Amino acid sequence: MTSATLTANANSARRGNPLARRLLIAGAWLVFALFLLLPLLVVLSEAFKQGVGTFFTAILEPDAISALKLTLTAVAIAVPLNLVFGVSAAWCVSKYEFTGKSLLVTLIDLPFSVSPVIAGLIYVLLFGAQGYFGQWLSDHDIQIVFAIPGIVLATIFVTVPFVARELIPLMQEQGTQEEEAARLLGANGWQMFWHVTLPNIKWGLIYGVVLCTARAMGEFGAVSVVSGHIRGLTNTLPLHVEILYNEYNHVAAFSVASLLLALALIILLLKQWSEARLSRLKSNADEE
Amino acid sequence: MSRRISPVIPGFGLTLGYTLVYLSLLVLIPLGALFLKTTDLTWAQFIQVISAPRVLAALKLSFSTAFFAALINGVIGTLLAWVLVRYTFPGRKIIDAMIDLPFALPTAVAGIALTALYAPKGLIGSLAADIGLKIAYTPLGITLALTFVTLPFVVRTVQPVLADIPREVEEAAACLGAKPLQVARHVLLPALLPAWLTGFALAFARGVGEYGSVIFIAGNMPMKTEILPLLIMVKLDQYDYTGATAIGVLMLVVSFILLLAINLLQRRIETP
Repeated sequence: MTSATLTANANSARRGNPLARRLLIAGAWLVFALFLLLPLLVVLSEAFKQGVGTFFTAILEPDAISALKLTLTAVAIAVPLNLVFGVSAAWCVSKYEFTGKSLLVTLIDLPFSVSPVIAGLIYVLLFGAQGYFGQWLSDHDIQIVFAIPGIVLATIFVTVPFVARELIPLMQEQGTQEEEAARLLGANGWQMFWHVTLPNIKWGLIYGVVLCTARAMGEFGAVSVVSGHIRGLTNTLPLHVEILYNEYNHVAAFSVASLLLALALIILLLKQWSEARLSRLKSNADEE
Repeated sequence: MSRRISPVIPGFGLTLGYTLVYLSLLVLIPLGALFLKTTDLTWAQFIQVISAPRVLAALKLSFSTAFFAALINGVIGTLLAWVLVRYTFPGRKIIDAMIDLPFALPTAVAGIALTALYAPKGLIGSLAADIGLKIAYTPLGITLALTFVTLPFVVRTVQPVLADIPREVEEAAACLGAKPLQVARHVLLPALLPAWLTGFALAFARGVGEYGSVIFIAGNMPMKTEILPLLIMVKLDQYDYTGATAIGVLMLVVSFILLLAINLLQRRIETP
């Protein structure tokens, strides 16, 4: 082989076949338009089919407002709890070596491989009228299933792994040197955590929280099992969409759905932002 | 029993204790209740519940649609990952950001949007009807809905691995006279396959359990378009708790065996 053909081979390997390149990019655009863009546009066009007036009537109706409040309540309880759990789990997994660690990591991920319907079912088996604690709960006049506590529990279950999953690889990569330095300089445990660890994991933490919030806000299957579908009381926004849709009130269903779509787009923006900060942090660390 | 990496960092007992208590209370004990409940049934009764024709039909439907959806994602996910990593073109950043839409969008919203799109009167559904193809209310519709909700898995697992493969390796192969297909077969495939399998397994597991996006487009006809999670809901609505539990256990066990098989396959590929 001459050096000329070698260079030509290397160049063509670097650039690739221009025709193949164009076809692949066109293919990616087609997949994007067909699978992602089109469903999004359908939600908006169905929501505004009968004008802006019906859209606002649908999302300002009392049942929709109370569904929004319940969704926000569930998010406000589930996300902070899973945040504290995620930090705690990532801390013990990434800073120490102990037997059974990989089993623990598997258990943390477990809720991801359990169907949401099963996640709801297990709380019905425990706390439902015929459940293991059902008799005791009804004697003490406490209602969990078909009430708000059940919805919160189901939401927590399906979102348990999100924060821990983001933090574990990040904290393993960062190691323990900076924390050790802080300790040797006289910081106590909490000072070390607030001033050294937390600033280091901040963006990974935000990223995990954003993903956790998205799932908590949109959870359907698990919440559907434990909700009991009482309008104005135990309906979250996604369940409200289902009820409107099944009543053939399609415009209202898509109006509420577009509200959730707007929240999803905000979440994507937040995700993009925290991800960019995270990768900048990583490339800075690589340069050092 | 336990050994710390570093003796000066405090909090081992506190964090491990909290993690174990939290996991036990919210995940392990409730899941234990599922298995405890199945002991209400004798073995023969359990077999009778899970071998009912309606259950077997739903089992076959759930696992086959999830499998094909994961397979479709294996193809279009790899295409998207390849294009996003290797080429710069107008709109690349938007596509990259929007890949995660199915994770951010509530599944019920995805469900009604896809139904509106693929129903016989919908935008794509009416085009398909012209050539005699029915999408919504058939297993094809279920597969497409699952493809949508699991779309990010393969892209997001393959993307970082692809970005880490040095271009020099491919160039070296090409300089030595390898044809593009040979480069793909001997350089790219071995490097990407483990990540691809991980993405496939995640998409498959999610697809089997998925409920919200499917029930609108499925039509939910017993024996034809009824998925396993829906069958659990049906049993619950009939207050048949043991029946629902038996199906739930069946689903967990079958998913677990399949994921284990994929895991073993992955290990065999990684250690030739």
